[in-house]
Amino acid sequence: MTAFAAILGRDLRLAARTGGDALTLVLFFVMAAAIMPFAIGPDRPTLQKLAPGLIWIAAFLAMLLGLDRLFRADEEDGTLLLVRQATIPLEAVVAGKVIAHWLLTALPVLIASPILALLLSMDMAAWARTVLALLLGTPALTAFGTIGAAVTVSLRRGGLLAPVLIIPLAIPVLIFGAAASTAAAGSGAALLFLAAISLVSVAFCPFAAALALKVSSE
Amino acid sequence: MNPGDPLLSVENLALSRGGRALFAGLGFSLGPGGLLLLRGPNGAGKSSLLLALLGVLRPEAGTIDWHAEEPPKLHYVGHQAGVKTRLTLLENLRFWRDVNGETGIGAEAALEEVGLGAIGALDAGYLSAGQTRRLALARLLVTDRKVWLLDEPLAALDAEGALLAVRLIARRLETGGAVIAATHDDIAGMTETLMLGAAA
Repeated sequence: MTAFAAILGRDLRLAARTGGDALTLVLFFVMAAAIMPFAIGPDRPTLQKLAPGLIWIAAFLAMLLGLDRLFRADEEDGTLLLVRQATIPLEAVVAGKVIAHWLLTALPVLIASPILALLLSMDMAAWARTVLALLLGTPALTAFGTIGAAVTVSLRRGGLLAPVLIIPLAIPVLIFGAAASTAAAGSGAALLFLAAISLVSVAFCPFAAALALKVSSE
Repeated sequence: MNPGDPLLSVENLALSRGGRALFAGLGFSLGPGGLLLLRGPNGAGKSSLLLALLGVLRPEAGTIDWHAEEPPKLHYVGHQAGVKTRLTLLENLRFWRDVNGETGIGAEAALEEVGLGAIGALDAGYLSAGQTRRLALARLLVTDRKVWLLDEPLAALDAEGALLAVRLIARRLETGGAVIAATHDDIAGMTETLMLGAAA
């Protein structure tokens, strides 16, 4: 447990020291969604209708942006090799890093979402539904992203490959996420599906990612 | 387990990297207090052998027997020190102490031991290559592990640092541990030398 807490704590502390990363991510998220009205046009009803989907796309892109950092630094300074001799299995190390990564990428996006709600003229209820859906859906995005990052960590220029690999996996998350963000009938079921996808993928991803890390270091 | 029993037996080991065979038919055993020096030209497979013992590389053939239910946890010092440049020396060491188990001496004491005691609160990014190597050696002290695998342990160290590394190795051997080191330097001790073949 000490080891697990140490992994989690170190990633959070490193992010706090390096500062800028989380802020850059939030700025990207806000700006990606803020430029969409310029492309769509300033028609308020249209924007209101599209707003949950726009926020989902922006959150998804922001999370892809941070993926490459997940294992890259640990791979380069040798930490990834050394944690394989830790008292906890590599799967647990990966789980700790996944939680830290969610806290550092998804949570800031959730906190910044009211700004977008204002920019896209969402009402309070629509914003609350979208945030709830994001809260339930982003763990799945992080989990898929972790697998993509683990598969590509040994590639020196793998930065863009991980997003390309995981976008197809993330489509169900976007479908149910967007459905759960609307007030239409069936949004409750979509929310449950979203939660199910997140639970399964988060439980599964440390094993898949650890396996990918082991294979890629051979 | 009796005191004289070997910790590790390797039989008929063959390794290849990138489709090129490094060596085959390698065998040795290592008991408590044993120091095995791996020698050979660059590219002979010294580092690869260490990685195979670490369980990272899968051997082409042969067995690596640790004489235990499952392979014990080892200490490894490689070319990359596993040091986070944005954390202080003490934070780096405490992290490894938490992750590897708090069975050795404290982080402050370990820093004193390797001669970095005065700068424990400094960011590790300000360290020179030799100081970073000393910090990597301090990691071996905060967790007590029987077998150390060292890849070029004396690289980048000054004369005093090399003496320090040799002293740490000697103490590990005296207390019933074993060390396998890939090196071009001479390390005194109950030394066995394993010559790996010339690079093709």
